[in-house]
Amino acid sequence: MERHIQAPINKEEAAALRAGDYVYISGTIYTARDAAHKRMYETLAHGGALPLEMENNVIYYMGPSPAREGRPIGSAGPTTASRMDKYAPDLLDLGLIGMIGKGKRSQAVKEAIVRNGAVYFAAVGGAGALLSKSITKSEVIAYDDLGTEAIRKLEVKDFPVIVVIDSEGTDLYETVMAE
Amino acid sequence: MRMVDVADVTRNIKEMCIEANHFLAEDMDEAMKHASQDEKAPLGRQILCQLQDNLKIAGEDMIPICQDTGMAVIFMEIGQDVHFTGGSLEEAVNEGVRQGYVEGYLRKSVVGDPLIRENTKDNTPAVIHYEMVVGDSVKITVAPKGFGSENMSRVFMLKPADGIEGVKNAILTAVKDAGPNACPPMVVGVGIGGTFEKCALMAKKALTRPVNEHSEIPYVKELEEELLLKINETGIGPGGLGGTTTALAVNINTYPTHIAGLPVAVNICCHVNRHAVRSL
Repeated sequence: MERHIQAPINKEEAAALRAGDYVYISGTIYTARDAAHKRMYETLAHGGALPLEMENNVIYYMGPSPAREGRPIGSAGPTTASRMDKYAPDLLDLGLIGMIGKGKRSQAVKEAIVRNGAVYFAAVGGAGALLSKSITKSEVIAYDDLGTEAIRKLEVKDFPVIVVIDSEGTDLYETVMAE
Repeated sequence: MRMVDVADVTRNIKEMCIEANHFLAEDMDEAMKHASQDEKAPLGRQILCQLQDNLKIAGEDMIPICQDTGMAVIFMEIGQDVHFTGGSLEEAVNEGVRQGYVEGYLRKSVVGDPLIRENTKDNTPAVIHYEMVVGDSVKITVAPKGFGSENMSRVFMLKPADGIEGVKNAILTAVKDAGPNACPPMVVGVGIGGTFEKCALMAKKALTRPVNEHSEIPYVKELEEELLLKINETGIGPGGLGGTTTALAVNINTYPTHIAGLPVAVNICCHVNRHAVRSL
């Protein structure tokens, strides 16, 4: 079914989402991809503090192309989520409620999703120009030196995603292949 | 002997990097249009229609089709009667990439060392393949390659006894393993024969062949058609969310090989299969 939700997302709202739901997200989400995840992971390993709160927040696996003058962002589609599988369970255990990417996730990530009542969304891969139109504001909040891989705070309006793994662990990629 | 100023190479490559990242070549554009009309699954059709909207926005607003504007792969087919003037050809190619990516608002996705991983901040160096041909012209193909699909590509060193069935299995295995990760609908470039590196290069080059053109070798053309049907029967579909459009084309190149070997490379490309071609 089609749903409109506000990010950050609370546990009850996340629990109501089902694999296959078409969801429009509005509100605040954060970007992080390979290099930012590696740095956050190392920060946690050394007992440091992360540059953003995980509780109820959504991370979008995305590194944009540069914005032209007067625009908030350049092309802004999802990157392959499985490269973040090594790091995602720890972030989910800290309260991360949603991830937006594309492609399959590992068993360990699925278990962490179920354990924490979280959700994995897919955005349409390769639709970066279209998806950029749902981003109204973008601000680098950490790891500026990483360029496109810096952590950005995004304001989004009706950002279109599909629930791929819901809080019960149902995986849409697997159910469509089984059909 | 014909003189070609390397500054012309730089200027053309700069323009082609920008062009390829904002506009699909005609063959890909047509194939994507047809796919959005032919797809049977409702969600699959919805995704393909979004990709149509995406292409329209990219061209009209000059926003790259995909944020992964790729590592610049460049094929230089150089006539043996050409003499380059004005400096180093390799530097001229990289300068074109540098100018295109910096001035064209394209993403800088290249790290200078695979393990130290510091971004070079101008998307150089390019991956350049030179080929000497007869004549006095220079044909340049700029094919920016995204890594979501590149990561799902494979080389299989099959045995001669595996034969054509082994080749089919290898290609289908690579496509099924790639699934949603490679941003389907994909284009599948295949190299069969040669050596380890030759088959990989053939697979890459196969991706630059227009998706509406088949191999000139009859059995290879049949293989391309059969594999496209089989891949589309997997049900992976647009975005990996189910449907009848998993691939737009299977392009296969072949080359003689050793009596002991049957190398097969499968280079997968997403639906943003970019190639700009110009002759100087």
